[in-house]
Amino acid sequence: MGNWVENEGLSIFVILIWLGMNVFLFVWYYRFYALRKTFFYTQKLLGIALPLARAPAACLNFNCMLILLPVCRNLLSFLRGSSACCSTRIRRQLDRNLTFHKMVAWMIALHTAIHTIAHLFNVEWCVDARSNNSDPYSIALSDLGDNPNETYLNFARKRFKNPEGGLYVAVTRLAGITGIVITLCLILIITSSTKTIRRSYFELFWYTHHLFVIFFIGLAIHGAERIVRGQTPQSLDQHHHEICEKRISEWGKIKECPIPQFSGNPPMTWKWIVGPMFLYLCERLVRFWRSQQKVVITKVVTHPFKTIELQMKKKGFKMEVGQYIFVKCPKVSRLEWHPFTLTSAPEEDFFSIHIRIVGDWTEGLFNACGCDKQEFQDAWKLPKIAVDGPFGTASEDVFSYEVVMLVGAGIGVTPFASILKSVWYKYCNNATNLRLKKIYFYWLCRDTHAFEWFADLLQLLETQMLERNNAGFLSYNIYLTGWDESQANHFAVHHDEEKDVITGLKQKTLYGRPNWDNEFKTIASQHPNTRIGVFLCGPEALAETLNKQCISNSESGPRGVHFIFNKENF
Amino acid sequence: MGQIEWAMWANEQALASGLILVTGGIVATAGQFTSWWFGAYSIVAGVFICLLEYPRGKRRKGSTMERCGQKYLTKVVKVLGPLSRNYYIRAVLHLGLSVPAGFLLATILGTACLAIASSIYLLAAFHGEQWTPIEPKPKERPQVGGTIKQPPSNPPPRPPAEARKKSGEEEAAASAGVSGGPQENPVPVVDEVV
Repeated sequence: MGNWVENEGLSIFVILIWLGMNVFLFVWYYRFYALRKTFFYTQKLLGIALPLARAPAACLNFNCMLILLPVCRNLLSFLRGSSACCSTRIRRQLDRNLTFHKMVAWMIALHTAIHTIAHLFNVEWCVDARSNNSDPYSIALSDLGDNPNETYLNFARKRFKNPEGGLYVAVTRLAGITGIVITLCLILIITSSTKTIRRSYFELFWYTHHLFVIFFIGLAIHGAERIVRGQTPQSLDQHHHEICEKRISEWGKIKECPIPQFSGNPPMTWKWIVGPMFLYLCERLVRFWRSQQKVVITKVVTHPFKTIELQMKKKGFKMEVGQYIFVKCPKVSRLEWHPFTLTSAPEEDFFSIHIRIVGDWTEGLFNACGCDKQEFQDAWKLPKIAVDGPFGTASEDVFSYEVVMLVGAGIGVTPFASILKSVWYKYCNNATNLRLKKIYFYWLCRDTHAFEWFADLLQLLETQMLERNNAGFLSYNIYLTGWDESQANHFAVHHDEEKDVITGLKQKTLYGRPNWDNEFKTIASQHPNTRIGVFLCGPEALAETLNKQCISNSESGPRGVHFIFNKENF
Repeated sequence: MGQIEWAMWANEQALASGLILVTGGIVATAGQFTSWWFGAYSIVAGVFICLLEYPRGKRRKGSTMERCGQKYLTKVVKVLGPLSRNYYIRAVLHLGLSVPAGFLLATILGTACLAIASSIYLLAAFHGEQWTPIEPKPKERPQVGGTIKQPPSNPPPRPPAEARKKSGEEEAAASAGVSGGPQENPVPVVDEVV
């Protein structure tokens, strides 16, 4: 029993379409260059390497067009917001933008490899033909262009021998120079984007990634010299290769076979990439404009275990639950933007983020806000902040389900802080038209220290729910995964008490990890025939576990219980 | 970027360069290009570099993710001693290895990438980084019975009979799967799994 179509169907469909387009373009352009008579003589010179270089070039055009689109955050946010009429299914698809970006990147790398290898053969054979190191036919074809009124077929005009000839072509031809430069940029981008570098040295990844600017500029002018030659239409009318192919020594001397004229293909790539480049430029301008808007820090709170909370105000700032913002602090670093989930609810008049101090930038922010000092800080001493966003992610959809399971691991609980606060405010306003009827909340945490700022919120909710006689609305389970023996003794002794010793909450803290299979089965049995949203903000391993559980515990028919998995990612 | 360990990026770049050298070398050799022996050299150099760079070094701060199956190569690379540990030597080695591949167009991309990797390693060496092998921690054998000198001579202290019956109920309800023992449980034992 499982229903992966519900969870994965649309993604797989999109990927199949994308792969299909790649295959189609490859085959179409391969046949274009292999079978058309325009390229008959070019093929004589270059053999299979010609179509094998042009086909991946077409795929590269397609993929380079696509790669910029998934990282236009503001555009995606706009699409997400405007598709409020459309189902959550479409919006879930837009959450997987980074995965798609990476897939397209790998496809670009693959096609670059094929394209480069094919052109290596091209250059070698062209230079050989020009330096009389090849079969007589190719040598004769390469001689075309030496006389006036002739246009060349072989782009190697100097008669240098290989390997110097090949190197000479590479550094004197625009296609050669741009090719080497942009391939180097691509390789540097890829090596600095591996998981190790991204997770541990984010700034290196971010700065090196900006080599894509050079990549795109080089890509646009790569074909400008027009060295891929084909016979001109006028020449094709007068010179037919069926008659003239075998009579190359008589070309220009007999009436049926004038010297064939060649011209290069006009560059096509810019037509593919100019649109997305423009969109991305707009995206960066929007980010810049937003960052210039004034942001005021109204309050800084230090929490235990190296966490700080920044409460801020910005004119015209509107947010939804679970969104995130990018924050820049010029005093710490003039160029770096870092993402943080908003922990405040839309109903509040300020917005806040909770930041864990782990690296250079966060430590710099900690010091800039005066958190290392004991005495009270004046408001004017607080640093200037720039904010971009908010950007929407999966948690916005929480209110469109009847029943939800919220799972947060460690600091991953932050988007859910926003949701629970919003829930509380909606309750206060007596919004009984809330579609959301039941929340199952799981917080997996290593340390007890991290509880404190969140425990207050849960206590408030507990009292609120008791007052309204709806204690069952929110059922939360806090799992302490890092307990030791002395703590275990303490728990065992205080087992009987009404309130939990750690959190002061009525629902007890649990130890170890949850048994997900049981959890899902219990919830499925309590809510038959419902669509249940499962929202996770946490590590990959947990995401895989929950995804599998969602698929295996969903019933296959359209009726019956369905678990829909949503994962936060940046 | 104060906390960055440049060697991590240099390692990725060098590994990529090795692969590119191998690919370029195969193209030149299989295509029998002029002076294809440079291509053959490229393949050998590329394989050597891949083997040298495959085992990731240990990071100074935090945990390091090992590459799949790297522990076998770690032993070999460790044997090279200062040749593998010192990043100045690695920088010079990579620069030297990259030069012959620069004579062929097919492998010149490998030269460029390897030269870049060499300069990042130089930067890493300036910052005082060095390659430390990731060693598996020796498993601590639990000392079975190491602290027990003599078996206990008295039975464990127990509360009086009525309290024992009451705590028996609670224990049965609270703890999962504990065997009941000789006493009779008035309440059936329920496996409490949350």
